[in-house]
Amino acid sequence: MRAARIKSVGAAQSPLLGVAMFTPAVLYIALIIGGPFVLAILYAFSDARIGATSFHYAGMENFRSIIQSPSFHRALQNSIVFTVCAVVIVMISANMLALALQKPFLGRGLIRFLILLPFVAPVSLGSIGWKWILDSIYSVITWVLIQVHFCTPFNAPMWLGEPHLAMASVICVHCWRLIPFATVVLLAGSGAIPKEIPEAAAIDGAGFWRTFFQIRLPMMLPITLVAVLFSAVFTFTDMTVVYILTNGGPFDSTQTLPSLAFATGIEGGDLAAGAAISLFLVPVLVAAAYFMLRVASRAEVT
Amino acid sequence: MAVVEARNLTKIFKEGELGAVNNVNLATQEGEFMVFLGPSGSGKTTLLRMIAGLETPSSGEILIGGRVVNDLSPRERRIAMVFQSYALYPHLSVYDNIAFPLKAQKVPKAQHQQKVEWAANLLGLGRLLKRKPRELSGGERQRVALARAIVREPAVFLLDEPLSNLDAKLRASAREELENFHKQVGTTTIYVTHDQVEAMAMGDRVLVLHQGTVRQIGSPKEVYENPADTFVATFLGSPPMNLLEYSDVIVGFRPEGFLPADLVPGGKQVQFRYRIKYVEYLGAERVLYGNIEGGHLETKEIISRLSWNMPSGYEAGSVHDFAVAETDLRFFDRKTEKRCSAKPYPWQ
Amino acid sequence: MRVNWRKIGGRVAHVTVLAVFTVLLAFPFFWMLIATFKQNLDMYKMDNNPFLFNLPPTMANLHLLFYETRYVRWLWNTALVGAIVVAITLLLAVPAAYALTRLTGRWGERLGILIFLTYLVPPTLLFIPLSRVVAILGLQDTIWSLVVVDPSFTVPFSIWLLMGFFKSIPKELEDAAMVDGLSRFGAFLKMVIPISTSGILTVVIFTFTLVTQEFVYALTFISPEANQMVGVGIPIFLVRGDVYYWSSLMAACLIASLPIALLYNTFLDRFIAGFTVGAVK
Repeated sequence: MRAARIKSVGAAQSPLLGVAMFTPAVLYIALIIGGPFVLAILYAFSDARIGATSFHYAGMENFRSIIQSPSFHRALQNSIVFTVCAVVIVMISANMLALALQKPFLGRGLIRFLILLPFVAPVSLGSIGWKWILDSIYSVITWVLIQVHFCTPFNAPMWLGEPHLAMASVICVHCWRLIPFATVVLLAGSGAIPKEIPEAAAIDGAGFWRTFFQIRLPMMLPITLVAVLFSAVFTFTDMTVVYILTNGGPFDSTQTLPSLAFATGIEGGDLAAGAAISLFLVPVLVAAAYFMLRVASRAEVT
Repeated sequence: MAVVEARNLTKIFKEGELGAVNNVNLATQEGEFMVFLGPSGSGKTTLLRMIAGLETPSSGEILIGGRVVNDLSPRERRIAMVFQSYALYPHLSVYDNIAFPLKAQKVPKAQHQQKVEWAANLLGLGRLLKRKPRELSGGERQRVALARAIVREPAVFLLDEPLSNLDAKLRASAREELENFHKQVGTTTIYVTHDQVEAMAMGDRVLVLHQGTVRQIGSPKEVYENPADTFVATFLGSPPMNLLEYSDVIVGFRPEGFLPADLVPGGKQVQFRYRIKYVEYLGAERVLYGNIEGGHLETKEIISRLSWNMPSGYEAGSVHDFAVAETDLRFFDRKTEKRCSAKPYPWQ
Repeated sequence: MRVNWRKIGGRVAHVTVLAVFTVLLAFPFFWMLIATFKQNLDMYKMDNNPFLFNLPPTMANLHLLFYETRYVRWLWNTALVGAIVVAITLLLAVPAAYALTRLTGRWGERLGILIFLTYLVPPTLLFIPLSRVVAILGLQDTIWSLVVVDPSFTVPFSIWLLMGFFKSIPKELEDAAMVDGLSRFGAFLKMVIPISTSGILTVVIFTFTLVTQEFVYALTFISPEANQMVGVGIPIFLVRGDVYYWSSLMAACLIASLPIALLYNTFLDRFIAGFTVGAVK
């Protein structure tokens, strides 16, 4: 009799209490995220400006002018290029690092701490550190290059001043931030591989590379996808690194969609255009959300 | 066919402590099914892994087919191993799992299909080739693991407790399949288990391990009827051998040999007054738990096994005359716990 | 014993990979450390070896930072906002996570995933409309704008973290509490929360660090120097005209980064568990 009662108490899901408990959170999220999201769409189709008290419907005007603007094309291209390059570099590096950190060794804890610093320190502060390291005159990298006679003080590379170097610098800082993150995610994933599987592969005759590509990587596919998705989203939607390193310059060459949205909307005061630009982030986010759901559901099935 | 040999093999994990494997010497015979039997922590898996090349010995030599393999990696040793969890590659189909060793050893692609199908048919996997491991039952997974092992035609099979992950019902049929498999293929096999019933049923010879040392190597009959020490005596046989301690000797006799006095076959016998405490009715047999009356032996629980066709009337609380044939007594030195020759005992 | 070249090659590769990445990743902080104590005359001389202290190390930069800028004020602002946002997040996320795990069955799980997905809606999409909302609410230029807005990214992630945590608590514990006479909510308060201290602590740490890392909203909503957060104050205001006081800047970055790094590091495994969405079994 008692046992039966326990069962029924547990099974009664108390949906009313549940609803009461999560409603505040859901309401808040709907208000602060859902509301502004809708507002962003409204702005994009309006002529809102900072300081104006009202705004009016403007149809596709914003989108038309954006699509015709060369800075927008530049920003869109940069966003995609930066993201793709960063993700590729990050995933290759993270795989190497995760392999190296897998087995315990003396000092592993300390190295893990050091390696994690770029991701855990605030983005803006790490970026300023890099801004000093990449300074046109006093860059420590330049100093080293001068010492090995790779260049002279007079034709020193303008790391943040020359368009291609600036782009590379931005990509590098993104990679610098995300490699630790991806490494830790991959480490978590590789920890889930039972240790008997690589042993079985060794006995079956597989060497290091075959085991890596044919056994380890396929088994880590879901977790790798999670690392790729988050790295891509972090890079694609980031405006901080660009803002601090180059502020979009030189000559718009490092502008990305988010930083352009900020420059146009807040600094330029054209809220509507800024909102329209930032809406171009949505397709990528929707794709990312879709893949995340796929990974989550596949994890439920197995 | 090859012979696996270990010479003075030792593995120490922590400096200053007793090794997981201590000075083990063994040699298999061609085609034999040898069982490493022992409780958990006895070192049997470590021993197996050293033979496989997955652990490096601290000292000693391992030989396969007559040559020292200490410096050889697992894939160079021509062995195949079936893990406790089977370690099937979850992202590959059954066919690709079985084919993997062929790919890894760079066997020409043209031969793959033929060899995989041979191994699969040997184990009745024909219909399952396209499935993934997660769609298979426990018994089917074992068969895939075996097929993957046999496809390379290795010199030695190593099996690490492959039946312990199966539920009891499945275990019996899986065991039978393994036995048939060995009869068909005939490869030298080393099988690790903690289950002494498995060991006795399947092994040509049993190697009993305890705390990293070999206690006895022999056929199931030898280790059961002539145990080398008290550990082997009590580890094999369930319920275990009854042991009585005296001044410098331990006397042992198996429960099935401790019977009502009139049922003990002729010849010299030792008699006891036996008070039964409780009885377990198991269908094919009854197990009696009780004490021997008289003297300091009363505190030790003594077990008797009566088969179903022996008379009833031996109930809890009753006292009877029980006896053991002298030839069924085993003597162990009390200090070393090793088997010794017959010694005088007090009730003679 | 034969010399195993493969093994040696593997070892060398292992050490090289670790060394190269550790240097590349940790170098900027090491650099910040050196710059903090370098005299200006030493910093801005091209010929000097930047790795050495050519002139003796100095505390002048730190002095400038703490006494002549609003740095301490920013640290205080950030800590205050962080603490309040942590409280709000706990109040919203803990009951929600519990409800979605225990009380609502299948569709609760789905709702939980949806909530997590809102984490993918970035500040760089919402900051423009939110700037208007903040202005309309009269919170423009105050730290309260952040107090209201920041939970938008801390709450979804915290809910997800806590859901994973609550799932690992055996149901039998609550059932036993209820058989002993507690109501469902009582079991939650008196039974579940006390044993969840490590999960809650993780949420506290991560919420706090997420707030300190935030840049876009702080930059957009707050203009006056005195009310700014440390993450925005340092790059924007530690510049006198066109001149960057690099040494003080580096000191500021280092001091603000290290405690956060230490906090994060302690709880990293939980953080990753939240991110991996159960893709790791």
